Amino acid sequence: MSAFNAIGEEREIDRDEFTPGVEPQPTWCPGCGDFGVLKALKQALPEVGKTPEEVLTVTGIGCSGKLNSYLDTYGFHTIHGRSLPVARAAKLANTDLEVIAAGGDGDGYGIGGNHFIHSARENHDMTYIVFNNEIFGLTKGQTSPTSPKGHKSKTQPSGSAKTPLRPLSLSLNAGASYIARTAAVNPNQAKEIIKEAIEHDGFAHIDFLTQCPTWNKDARQYVPYIDVQESDDYDFDVTDRREAAEMMHETEDVLNEGTVLTGRYYVDEDRPSYQQEKAAVGEMPDEPLAERYFDDDAEWERSYDLLDRHT
Amino acid sequence: MSSDELIWRIAGGSGDGIDSTSQNFAKALMRSGLDVFTHRHYPSRIRGGHTYVEIRAADHEVQSRGDGYNFLLALGDSFARNPQEEAYYGNEEIKPLSENLDDLREGGIIVYDEGLISEEDVADIELEARAEENDWHVFPLDLRSLAREYGREVMRNTAGVGVTAALLEMDLDHIEDLMEDAMSGDVLEANLEILHEAYDTINEEYDFDHELRAPEGSHDTEQALLSGSNAIAYGAIDAGCRFIAGYPMTPWTDVFTILSQNFPDMGGVSEQVEDEIAAAALAVGASHAGAKAMSGSSGGGFALMSEPLGLAEMTETPIVLVESMRAGPSTGMPTKPEQGDLEHVLYTSQGDSSRVVFAPGNVEEAYDQTRLAFKIAWDYQIPAIVIYDQKLSGENTNVDVEFFDREPQPDLGSTLTEDELREAAHDASGKFRRFNYDDAENGVSPRSLPGQKGGRFLATGNEHSPVGHISEDPDNRVFQMERRLEKLEHIREELEAEHASNQTTFGDENAEYGVITWGSSQGAVREAVERLNENGHSVAGLGVSDMMPFPETEVTEFLERVDEAMVVEMNATAQFRGLIQKELGRFGDEMTSLLKYNGEPFEPAEIVEGYEVNLAEEDRQPTAQVRIEPATGD
Repeated sequence: MSAFNAIGEEREIDRDEFTPGVEPQPTWCPGCGDFGVLKALKQALPEVGKTPEEVLTVTGIGCSGKLNSYLDTYGFHTIHGRSLPVARAAKLANTDLEVIAAGGDGDGYGIGGNHFIHSARENHDMTYIVFNNEIFGLTKGQTSPTSPKGHKSKTQPSGSAKTPLRPLSLSLNAGASYIARTAAVNPNQAKEIIKEAIEHDGFAHIDFLTQCPTWNKDARQYVPYIDVQESDDYDFDVTDRREAAEMMHETEDVLNEGTVLTGRYYVDEDRPSYQQEKAAVGEMPDEPLAERYFDDDAEWERSYDLLDRHT
Repeated sequence: MSSDELIWRIAGGSGDGIDSTSQNFAKALMRSGLDVFTHRHYPSRIRGGHTYVEIRAADHEVQSRGDGYNFLLALGDSFARNPQEEAYYGNEEIKPLSENLDDLREGGIIVYDEGLISEEDVADIELEARAEENDWHVFPLDLRSLAREYGREVMRNTAGVGVTAALLEMDLDHIEDLMEDAMSGDVLEANLEILHEAYDTINEEYDFDHELRAPEGSHDTEQALLSGSNAIAYGAIDAGCRFIAGYPMTPWTDVFTILSQNFPDMGGVSEQVEDEIAAAALAVGASHAGAKAMSGSSGGGFALMSEPLGLAEMTETPIVLVESMRAGPSTGMPTKPEQGDLEHVLYTSQGDSSRVVFAPGNVEEAYDQTRLAFKIAWDYQIPAIVIYDQKLSGENTNVDVEFFDREPQPDLGSTLTEDELREAAHDASGKFRRFNYDDAENGVSPRSLPGQKGGRFLATGNEHSPVGHISEDPDNRVFQMERRLEKLEHIREELEAEHASNQTTFGDENAEYGVITWGSSQGAVREAVERLNENGHSVAGLGVSDMMPFPETEVTEFLERVDEAMVVEMNATAQFRGLIQKELGRFGDEMTSLLKYNGEPFEPAEIVEGYEVNLAEEDRQPTAQVRIEPATGD
């Protein structure tokens, strides 16, 4: 019998189960795009048959980091930029867990940029949602890595001299095997994309556009978006790396001009996940590592057996 | 005829196989029944540059590198002849022979490789005159040509070992056995031939009148030759650790490598990651999900771990970190030992953070305290750190094999099973009161793991309520803070009650004068104290191996018993003495410091000299590289 009985439990799941009791209520501002992520997740998780107890959400710091305070799963609210290393280790330790990491654009593309590159490169089997509102929200409106060039803030009063980071292209080049962009103002697409990302075996990166009504009032996320999969103007093969790259460039070129394209940009179902790669070279246990600690019959090798080489 | 002790130094160029040769020779000496202790000196360079290993072998227990050496096998730095690098390496060629020649004891033996060390260079250092003055017995031999004749040039190490065995009148059995274990085919054949040829050359062509011979001894039980890094890795394995994440950095890499190589066969997971922040964060994530996890680094990498360390403390996620000190600040001296990161390890991370810190004093303690670190970390849900240094990391000593014959300890401490979770306290919302303070014992509130039924909670680095929600409620803050801080008191009590702590007393119990030290300096200090007592002094010694919680009772008792104490440590700012004063709040005017921070570990004789100078209250420093720091007011 498993020590983790909540994992793989099959039953009807009410989405209200993902809502904590009386407290805490979200502290996000009225009109905040973060509500859109929360709502999409609450809808998506029951639809893919996940119970709150088999899901581990790991978040960073910032408004986005509070996601798992308002979403009732097992949760780990880490420190600024560090959600990914915590999340991927949890997955390696217990491969049966459904691991979802989340953070903001400052958190994920700025301070945690190195972890983002390497988690994507290794293709860990997890979902990573970046709440991209092009601003530091919780620290009150500073320029972020995705803020447009010329963006004025208290820390860049003359306007940012930096070209914004291109998260989709970065993700593709780093090695993510599922890449999509969606927006809080597009709830149905958001839900579908989150479902796909969860079911994808590999690193699924969602750049989730979340408007910040308080610090980024001129946010372009308010303008109508175009779903690239629904539009005849954007016909491309999402499994083709080059075509995906081209589409990403197109999107990222026009994003700051008021055109928002969303949808799936790249899906590679063939690439093995990191733990599969690791298993293939014999460096991954067959069963979830965490299970073994509860197995009374487990054989634990000991150092005494290794001493031959030292005698 | 046999001698009391042999301190054999093999010196040559980095990358010339000095390390592997010395490992095998040390093992051969151990198998012949001797106690051994190795000391490795190497530059921060892959190939070329003066490197040496010393093996001290005796028929009695050896606890340090000893003083100086009495046999030098100087092979010459072969990479010094790399033509492209001539300008840079030119002066290094003779270093294996010329460096630290003053430390060669009177009556000692020098074997040097004429094939690599030129006649003019030897003349330059006036070897002949110095040999006469010191009664050194010098054997210039063309080991390079000999090795070339029967095999390859790199096998001149083997020729050197053959010469050594002949000059010390050792039989070749153990050396041959080890060579057969380590190699096969043509390579083995060539090496055996070179070994015998060198051995016979000495016996046939030389009459020698030196007195040094290999000591003779015997062991009652089977011995294993292990480094501190081996012991730490094995302690982790036996504690049930099966997850390690790291980033390479000397000298921590040894532990990381040993576990990475063993884990695949043991169902463990090893991860080399992008940086040390990630490494420690991975340990936190894996532990949160139910693995016994560790990470580690050296000073520079540990600096990056300060963040996840604090996160582990606040979320009460058990982890073990190991920190292998090297000389700092910053990149410092990558391959040289120092005990300069004590304060760094004790106090890094923001807020009123606390952790457990152990500082093993030798190979056995490295194993014991690593096991203990895991036990305490998982029982009390607190980060535990094992701090050691490049010296302990790389020194090999023989340990009774039976010492390691102990049961594995894979339990997850204060982690609940699903059955236990059903009985545990929950909120009205159904959430598990993971951080309950009402009924916490010893400051510990039991934890659940993601995926367990009925254990749902939020772990956060923010201050949090009993179910884990972010909370700035003043009452909750005080309760949670006090509960977390309470753990250290109980850990201290447990360590004292179960005698699990590793403070070591030695010397004369009734002495008025004490010598106190910490971590890997213990061995040299023990030998120094024994020698002082043999020389008619009366000295008591204490090696402290628990840093936090500090063993107040034991250190207080020691310092109260003596009138004055000398604190011996390898750093320039007397960090351990500072810790004693801080923890005990007194004794400041009773402690002087003997400090060494030149990148070399203490030799017992330096401590003896330091003690004598200090006692005589002479207005001088003992040597150029050891410093006495006077007592300060309370």
